[in-house]
Amino acid sequence: MLAASLLLFLLFELMPGDVAVAELGPYSTPEQRDLWMAANGYDQPAMLRYFAWLGHFAIGQWGESRIFLAPVARIVGTRLENTAILGFWFFAVLIPLSLGMGVLAGMREGSWLDRAVSAICILTTSVPPFASTVLVSAVFVFDLHWLPGTSTMLDGFSYRQLVMPVMVLVLYDFGYIARITRATMADVMATPYIRAAILRGLPYRRVILRHALRNALIAPFTLLMLHVNWLIAGVIVVEYFFAFKGFGSLILEASLGKDLYLLEACTMITVAMATLTQTISDLGYLVLNPRMRSV
Amino acid sequence: MSEADAKFAAALPQPPQGARFGWVRHIGRSSVALIGLSILGFWIVVAIAAPWLAPFPPNQSIRPMALPGAMGPNGTTFWFGTDYLGRDILSRVIWGTRTVLTYAPAATALAFAVGISGGLLAGYRRGWADEVLSRLTDLVLAFPALVLYIIIVSKFGASGLNIVLAVTLASSPAIMRLTRGLVLSLRTRAFVAAAQLRGEPAWRIMFVEILPNASGPLLVDACLRLGYVVITIGTLGFLGLGLPPPDPDWGSMVNETRKFALVFPHMVLFPCIAVSSLVLGLNLLADGLRELVAQE
Repeated sequence: MLAASLLLFLLFELMPGDVAVAELGPYSTPEQRDLWMAANGYDQPAMLRYFAWLGHFAIGQWGESRIFLAPVARIVGTRLENTAILGFWFFAVLIPLSLGMGVLAGMREGSWLDRAVSAICILTTSVPPFASTVLVSAVFVFDLHWLPGTSTMLDGFSYRQLVMPVMVLVLYDFGYIARITRATMADVMATPYIRAAILRGLPYRRVILRHALRNALIAPFTLLMLHVNWLIAGVIVVEYFFAFKGFGSLILEASLGKDLYLLEACTMITVAMATLTQTISDLGYLVLNPRMRSV
Repeated sequence: MSEADAKFAAALPQPPQGARFGWVRHIGRSSVALIGLSILGFWIVVAIAAPWLAPFPPNQSIRPMALPGAMGPNGTTFWFGTDYLGRDILSRVIWGTRTVLTYAPAATALAFAVGISGGLLAGYRRGWADEVLSRLTDLVLAFPALVLYIIIVSKFGASGLNIVLAVTLASSPAIMRLTRGLVLSLRTRAFVAAAQLRGEPAWRIMFVEILPNASGPLLVDACLRLGYVVITIGTLGFLGLGLPPPDPDWGSMVNETRKFALVFPHMVLFPCIAVSSLVLGLNLLADGLRELVAQE
């Protein structure tokens, strides 16, 4: 986390001249830039500036956004909220769907159900989000007129506008999770203790629900957590296409608009989220897998 | 070397020669891999033969907004229609194959060169080299890949070279981690010890003894990763951060014409199908290869 902040600082702030150009625009005069740099403490050595920058960051002073003309923290807050709603519904649909399909396919390896699920999964994961946004909206928005084509939420929150982004994200992602679930489920079903349970005459339902599932879901759970990092790519594309005012489109706007402070804050937040979910996934692994606890 | 030494060297464990690339010869056994390979082969042929296959120059404006199958000048046909600037979409899809099949393999190859070298070094030498490389890996992997691309490309500008370098930076750490893991499990094997006893230099042990034995999982990963890179380059194009216009690449084609998708869905449909089928081919190939490698 700290190392990542150092990398960001080196990338963005090491050259004070670059910061001044980014903040004042490319048509500012050299005198203006010098004045601005002196006024904002950019004449100090880089080491000192790094710690000052980090300190400001830690206490939430993220500066002013140049393109939105508002404090960065406030913009980031509202955008994160919107993306959290999107993310919540995404996981709410993804988890039952992908785990369910994976478990059903992995229960009887090689069955027609297994083959069908595997084929669907490999097909859907091959369609990049930028292609599926266009294709899915061509069908549901332009042909069937069922759903709105944008998700700006200008007139307040609307579930109808949330359907399309969630659908596209789930479409791209569920195949990956389902395939991993299927693989671990198939492995678990081949272990001696499951065979023993079946031979002991326990009902098949009970064997699956009580014995197999718990072990089969360890790997998919940790993956789902690590997935948050991966998800951001899809979120950026989807939010951009549907004009959803979320965190993903904010990153893109910040970088296209060369809004330095905003971009720094966004990147630090993504890194923080990555570190956090990594920790949660490690802890969850400990809870789910008792063998790891004694180590 | 005395005769006794030579005998001793001959008696030492040899690397499993036949098994090294055995699974490559059996590719015909996996129908999934064959389907994937033929889709990939189709696009490679299209990319190579682009100048002969494409009916029109890709950037020439002929007649805007023609529907698929419409008649063009001099008895020609716009099989896929034309876009809003009157450029033939079939020709642009064909030439776009060249773009994607130049930059994606170049970026993937560079990422693998860096990642494999680093992973071999870290896994075989251990010590401080391992420490430093592993920390660097953790650092880069803490960033979501697309955010890293967006930052790099928006800071240093969008050009083919920058995209290749950005992909290398973002994906070589994962390859390094994979290679390191493979090397760690191989370095204690008898044939490595034998090579060390024969006095082979470290680079030779790493690249000639260990690397070929780790090639299976690495090749599977290469196919999957090539697919991701194709998606990434397309995504950057879609977000307006791709290669500069007017030369066609699939992602930019979707981005340029998506405003017209309401009335003319054909403008976005064909590039979308093209990119999806290429990625599908790579995924199928990776899937088939994984099974073959697992059987060995």
